[in-house]
Amino acid sequence: MIGTKAPEALAARADDVWKVYGSAEARVVALRGVSASFARGRFTAIMGPSGSGKSTLMHCLAGLDTVTRGSVHIGGTEVTGLGDKALTRLRRDRVGFIFQQFNLLPTLTAAENIRLPLDIAGKKPDPQWWDTVIGTVGLGDRLNHRPSQLSGGQQQRVACARALMSRPDVIFADEPTGNLDSKAGAEILSFLRSSVMEHGQTIVMVTHDPVAASYTDRVVFLADGAIVAELDNPTPESVLEQMKAGEVLV
Amino acid sequence: MLRATLKSLLGRKLRLVLSGLAVVLGVMFVAGAFVTTDTLSRTFDNLFTEGYATTDVAVKAKPRIAVSEMDGEQVETPLPAALATTIGQVPGVAKATGVVATDGARVIGSDGKVVTSFGPPRIGMNWVGTDELMQLRQGRGPEKDTEIAVNEAVAKAAGIKVGDQVAVLTQLPKKTFTLVGVWGYTEGRDSIGGVQEVAFTTPVAQRSMLGQAGVLTQVTVRVADGESATAVRDRIAAQVGAGYDVKTGKQLAEESSAQFKEALGFFNNILLGFAGVALFVGTFLILNTFSIIVAQRTRELALMRALGAGRRQVIGSVLLEAVVIGLVAAALGLGAGVGVGALLVTLFGSMSGGLDPAPVGVPLAAILSSLIVGVVVTVVAAVLPALRASRISPIAAMQDVATPDRPLTRVTVTGAIIGAAGAATLGVGLYATNSLWLILTGVLVTFIGVALLTPLISKPVVGALGRLFSWSVPGRLGRLNSGRNPRRTAITAAALMVGIALVTGVTVVMDSAKQSLAAQAENTIKAEIVIGGDQNGPRPPTFDEGVLARTAALPGVRAAAGVWNDQAVIDGERTYVNATDDLAELAEAYGSPALPALTSGQLAVSNQEAAEHGWAVGSALTVQLPRGEQHRYTIAATYDEDAMPGSYLLPAAATREFGITQPVFGFVRLAEGATVAQVLPQVKALVADSPEVNATDRSSFINQQTGDFDTVITMVQILLGLAILIAVLGVVNTLALSVLERTRELGLLRAVGLGRAQTMRMVTVEAVVISVFGALLGVVVGSGLGAAVVRALESEGITDLVLPWTQMGLYLGLAALVGVLAAVLPSIKAARLNVLAAIAHD
Repeated sequence: MIGTKAPEALAARADDVWKVYGSAEARVVALRGVSASFARGRFTAIMGPSGSGKSTLMHCLAGLDTVTRGSVHIGGTEVTGLGDKALTRLRRDRVGFIFQQFNLLPTLTAAENIRLPLDIAGKKPDPQWWDTVIGTVGLGDRLNHRPSQLSGGQQQRVACARALMSRPDVIFADEPTGNLDSKAGAEILSFLRSSVMEHGQTIVMVTHDPVAASYTDRVVFLADGAIVAELDNPTPESVLEQMKAGEVLV
Repeated sequence: MLRATLKSLLGRKLRLVLSGLAVVLGVMFVAGAFVTTDTLSRTFDNLFTEGYATTDVAVKAKPRIAVSEMDGEQVETPLPAALATTIGQVPGVAKATGVVATDGARVIGSDGKVVTSFGPPRIGMNWVGTDELMQLRQGRGPEKDTEIAVNEAVAKAAGIKVGDQVAVLTQLPKKTFTLVGVWGYTEGRDSIGGVQEVAFTTPVAQRSMLGQAGVLTQVTVRVADGESATAVRDRIAAQVGAGYDVKTGKQLAEESSAQFKEALGFFNNILLGFAGVALFVGTFLILNTFSIIVAQRTRELALMRALGAGRRQVIGSVLLEAVVIGLVAAALGLGAGVGVGALLVTLFGSMSGGLDPAPVGVPLAAILSSLIVGVVVTVVAAVLPALRASRISPIAAMQDVATPDRPLTRVTVTGAIIGAAGAATLGVGLYATNSLWLILTGVLVTFIGVALLTPLISKPVVGALGRLFSWSVPGRLGRLNSGRNPRRTAITAAALMVGIALVTGVTVVMDSAKQSLAAQAENTIKAEIVIGGDQNGPRPPTFDEGVLARTAALPGVRAAAGVWNDQAVIDGERTYVNATDDLAELAEAYGSPALPALTSGQLAVSNQEAAEHGWAVGSALTVQLPRGEQHRYTIAATYDEDAMPGSYLLPAAATREFGITQPVFGFVRLAEGATVAQVLPQVKALVADSPEVNATDRSSFINQQTGDFDTVITMVQILLGLAILIAVLGVVNTLALSVLERTRELGLLRAVGLGRAQTMRMVTVEAVVISVFGALLGVVVGSGLGAAVVRALESEGITDLVLPWTQMGLYLGLAALVGVLAAVLPSIKAARLNVLAAIAHD
């Protein structure tokens, strides 16, 4: 997988990324020389046990955290070494986020939340794309409701729509279904899946749920800060198997 | 529970500091007031003890009109010089000295200006040699009638030295003397308590200070060794009879000091009044802080309840926190108050020109009042949040912290009731009883009522205000945030409201009074030129009586009428009276209906005063002036109070018995065809020898008359600035806590691309909206209060209601600026948040 495509066809790339917290005795190495590429139009899951560094990897890829060594690219732009202003711009224009919880501003309506990154950038949403996204998210008459009036699943769908609206190079989703029941979770995952299939969106998702991982094109397994395995076209069973094998390995 | 409380308290240092600061500032004023008054009162004790140290017994004629320190300088009744000899023969008297010493000797400095005084008298006296305290620094005492000596304080202030020709204003017109000596006092002091002293020979002192020869103001006595002052006092008293006050030096020191303390008590009350305002505003701040703390600690408190803590324990925990904050803040406030007190005392000392302040002390009253006020205010403010904390159910520990918007019905209804009660109290105080306490209570209760109504008002008003900023995303987010918690926004804004409302109210009253006075002066004063001056010491500025006749004789001048001013007792009641040399012309100058000229033994009274006492033209009144015997005067005419100066007008002959025998105003009317431009320079030349006054045209005079109001407004603005400062702390506090509370939200916003500058703008808009909302409330409430007071004072001559639009606009602009400043730290904090940590923040 790695290096099989030209760089400009990659949505995001990590090269020999190290992340070290603290110093001396309190030193914790979260990532040890991770290299990974995420092709455009693909849905990738990052999995691994707690403390494996999967969230750290995602944060570094998204420009939310700095790397100790190595480099990170998003759509051909080197993220490493960017200042706060450039990072803010990058997040605003080229990256979408879906967090596990607390994705929405309580003071804004669902529609306003979806438009927020565009509003901040001072851009107008493309009406056609707006209708497409709103249509697929299926919120319909709840667009003018505030987050407190929406269910957890509806809130996550609003978050997904917000991430999609600016057509970012890549969407990072951190356990997006972690707080949802399985039905609502399945809805979100199908929605993410279809945005990859139908609109060519790139999505990188951190999860520890084999079922969630089975919605993706590829799974990257992390353990102890390093990539230990990869799996294409995963099914819940194949993922589970890999996870068991990993445990034996560790 | 105690340990848990203290730990959580220490864990929130910022909140501790901010909410404590309000108490610190309020307590600082309280302690400062006590320390200042205590130190000054000891200063005056020392001063008068010192001043009378060389006097064992003093004999004075009983004053015709007793005047306390609060009402001006006492005018002494002259006593015959021969009395000194009589007293000198009383057994036990070692030495009896005839003394002339009274206020009113104004030295003209080397710059041609009268040496001013901000309180201490300017004594003109006879030279009786030095005593144990006095030390001649240069030269000698005056020996000829053309010579004077002065104390070092005068010499320094006037910039004069031995050998100079020095002009002095007394009861007589300006006269020039040769300065032959300068004296000081022991321990290198230039004066005792900043008193300016000019010593003449005895005959000159008698003529120029008392207006007659052969009289004294007092006889001071040193008793022979081994004699007791009280015994000698009693013997002298028996000898001189009932017309005299015979007192020991100790008695006099105590009496003088006691009078000063009365004046200090007034000063103390003013300071305590402002402390009260500061603490009142501080209460809002503390209430808000504790409410927010309780809201944030919901889970923690619920967990404690789940673990078995009772309601009382929760209340106790919150109140204990309040007590600790109150105690610490009170202690700090006390310390700061001692500093403020020391500063005020030093300021007072240097302003009065040479008062030696006693060492600063901390009276027990300062300590007790600081601690009690600090703790009580904090605890009272924490009671409501504590009760709310106790209602948190243990279940809340398990749930997500969601504080649903509680309905505002109850608080609104309560606010309406309290506000109505406050307005009613204020109305009764203003229109029915005129009781200051009722008025103050009314204002206070009205403020509380309005504060309770504020959450309801805040929704539409904050929304409307915020729309001004809605053109940008950060602005819109800021607006939404400021409308998020109506109670919190309301209390923060209400704190600002109090200060702004008071300032606005005072401005409305003062501007209305000023406008009314100016309009009235504009309507009445017909004189084209007015002679008068600004107050530059305890006595009013005066000028040489001869100027009036000389002015009247100028070509182009039709007439000049002088006005004298002093106190008198009329039919047993002390009052201010005026005198004039030409009532008919004064009536002309004031555009009043014609009045007859007064002859000796006649006076004119205002209709209002006459009606109040049941007098009519022809009634005979007893009049006691500061000097001379009691006389009977007949009312020759009455006039409208608004149309003439003062309530009583006496003929010029009466001014011989005034304490101040020179005119304070001169009203000049020009002849047909003469212009002010021609005549004014000539009148100016005539008053050149009376440097306390100036000749001005009519409009400058009117402006001069209303200038004092601006001074009052400025002073009130400065003092209430403290209350506004505390309110600003409240805005800072609210914002800092909001930023803390919304950490995850800020993280999210930053993650989806909100820049640092935009984040700061968002916080700033929230602050500006809250501040401007508070100022708007303050301006509205203050205008209402001011208008109510103005309406109540209509009968006192304040007929025009002036709303100071410019000032109000200024206050609103200032509030916006305050909002921006208050947002500086919280917005930096918000912008610096680490995005990742903020998202992960629980």
